[in-house]
Amino acid sequence: MAAAFCDQCGRSAEAGGHVRCAVRRELEPPRYCAECARRMVVQVTPMGWTARCSRHGEIFSPEGVC
Amino acid sequence: MAHSPGVTTVTTEQSDILALARAQVLENGEGLSEAQVLEVLRLPDSVLEELLSLAHEVRMRWCGPEVEVEGIISLKTGGCPEDCHFCSQSGLFDSPVRAAWLDVPMLVEAAKQTAKTGATEFCIVAAVRGPDERLMAQVAAGIAAIKDELDINIACSLGMLTPEQAEALAAMGVHRYNHNLETARSHFAQVVSTHTWEERWETLRLVREAGMEVCCGGIVGMGESLAQRAEFAGQLAALGPDEVPLNFLNPRPGTPFGELEPMSGPDALRAVAAFRLALPRAILRFAGGREITLGDLGARRGLLGGVNAVIVGNYLTTLGRPAEADIDLLGELAMPLKALNDTL
Repeated sequence: MAAAFCDQCGRSAEAGGHVRCAVRRELEPPRYCAECARRMVVQVTPMGWTARCSRHGEIFSPEGVC
Repeated sequence: MAHSPGVTTVTTEQSDILALARAQVLENGEGLSEAQVLEVLRLPDSVLEELLSLAHEVRMRWCGPEVEVEGIISLKTGGCPEDCHFCSQSGLFDSPVRAAWLDVPMLVEAAKQTAKTGATEFCIVAAVRGPDERLMAQVAAGIAAIKDELDINIACSLGMLTPEQAEALAAMGVHRYNHNLETARSHFAQVVSTHTWEERWETLRLVREAGMEVCCGGIVGMGESLAQRAEFAGQLAALGPDEVPLNFLNPRPGTPFGELEPMSGPDALRAVAAFRLALPRAILRFAGGREITLGDLGARRGLLGGVNAVIVGNYLTTLGRPAEADIDLLGELAMPLKALNDTL
């Protein structure tokens, strides 16, 4: 399913203007839930990250949590 | 003065400061003064390679080839009452970073993963003005749990301390405490308004008095002038920290510095070299912002330009290069990782 919201700025993913978000994403964990745009609680660890949305649950970095 | 295309003119003054640095810093181990650092920061790009080469020689002569590797972890993220204008963890700004606490099992796991890279340092950080009882208890529990499971040096960065807290952390086995002065004293009020540079200095005094190693650096590229950057190097040299983490501003969304431009690569490298020439014996650590400022080649150029310590993996709220990329680079450069028993 395509993301409804940008995980970097929280605005509609279909709206334009996400060039900076795409650049930022390379060195930034997601900040906003892609399904509902809520700000997520993010924990960065030396080798990974977790991001938790109060409505849609937790997601993890591809490399794992730590 | 007319210039021929492709020909760079190096003035007598420029070659003088490099010659002086060679004699004073490389041969005698005496760091450059503030005024001398300013001359270095004003050197043109045409002599950057020569400057980096000299800084590397100084590092090799006075610190050796070893590189100290560290991992860092945010124990308490966000919701900070202070207004450090560069920081996405201040609760006073409209930043996307939300408050979070890490539990002890996750802290131990993070320490294990850090140790697996070969790192000898693990720094526990909290976004606070200073630690309260709850945080001190969490830190104590975390350190005890880590020490039960692995050998790694533990550092902390928990904001401003009372004398009792400094003593307590030393008693827990914290071997080094980080508290950055962040910038020159003359620029500090443009960066932070909720506490003073002098309050930070006082914590550093308490850290040393308690017997912990002093880790103190800051961030360059926060709108300071070159003269203030040189002033900052001079103030750090006066403090004489064991370690100096050098960060480059990574403008964070929602913070007062969110729209500043990152430093240019040459300016960042000149700062690295200048700080090495001001602090010939310090552990000079490449810290946050190097990826955005210097890109993939930054680690290599820094390590060949005065740096002798790196943070591997991710930072507190942002992501870094893969740890293995930095470790592989150290192998390629024939720079051994500092061993744990060298630091105890």
